[in-house]
Amino acid sequence: MPTKEEVFQKVQTALVEALGVDEEEVTAGATLVGDLGAESIDFLDIVFRLEKAFDIKIPRGELVLAEDFLTNAAYVEDGRVTAAGLTEIRQRMPFVNLDEFAKNPTVQDFANLLTVGDLCRFVETKVAVAG
Amino acid sequence: MRWYWIDRFIAFESGRYAKAIKNISLAEDYLHDHFPGFPIMPNTLIMEGLAQTGGLLVCEHGRFREKVVLAKVPKVVFYGEARPGDTLTYTASIDTIHEGGAMVTATSHNGPALQAEMEIVFAHLNAEHHDKTLFEPTDYLKMMRMLRAYEVGRAADGSPLAEPAELAAVAAPKP
Repeated sequence: MPTKEEVFQKVQTALVEALGVDEEEVTAGATLVGDLGAESIDFLDIVFRLEKAFDIKIPRGELVLAEDFLTNAAYVEDGRVTAAGLTEIRQRMPFVNLDEFAKNPTVQDFANLLTVGDLCRFVETKVAVAG
Repeated sequence: MRWYWIDRFIAFESGRYAKAIKNISLAEDYLHDHFPGFPIMPNTLIMEGLAQTGGLLVCEHGRFREKVVLAKVPKVVFYGEARPGDTLTYTASIDTIHEGGAMVTATSHNGPALQAEMEIVFAHLNAEHHDKTLFEPTDYLKMMRMLRAYEVGRAADGSPLAEPAELAAVAAPKP
């Protein structure tokens, strides 16, 4: 079982390779989209590298919510995520901290939620299940 | 379609790797603009050839059922120029392949010398595109035949690579 430090190092390497950013920019609090400039196609690249680095499987839609979430009227209304939507996110992405987001849950801010730290926590749970 | 940036396969190991060659000829129009009096093959077209080698490899693995598109080139490095009279050998290897897409590593060799290296991310277009086609599946088969993939190809178990029966039945007979 890798340590938290080992997980962070490998996640950092994966992000440096996929996003072309410097190691120093990849801090635990950095957001993938806002701070590191990740775009939707980058997530596929990141998934491949994480699967390889940790010998885990990440099914499509598990890391990033699929389009069906954002276009569902029960989850998103007038550009804001509803209570039902927040519950759905908590269920599908339990590694993301929603406390701040929940105070003003706009769809634009949602894309920017995922941090490097969240990614590390996600990997840790996958490795624990696999190992 | 005439957007062929490889001339033929010289190896095709299903699901693993493929090798194709690109002969560069002064009969190709673009060379006379790139550049006048000093023809060299544009790196973008070398990238396209590498992507075609890898893309057909990924496609064949899914029996041409998945729509495979070039999604991202995380890294590409060129070490030298390619000129008329040169033959480039492209080698594409699958690193990972699953429902989301595939990661392929490819190299271009100019004779024995390494000429370029490229990382390629292919995406499988998702279910909502299932009713739309990029190419007719039989077009893939025709491409593979023209590129002589089935002359050199081997399936995962080492037996000669066979055309998918369901497509061969529909496609025009071989010349």
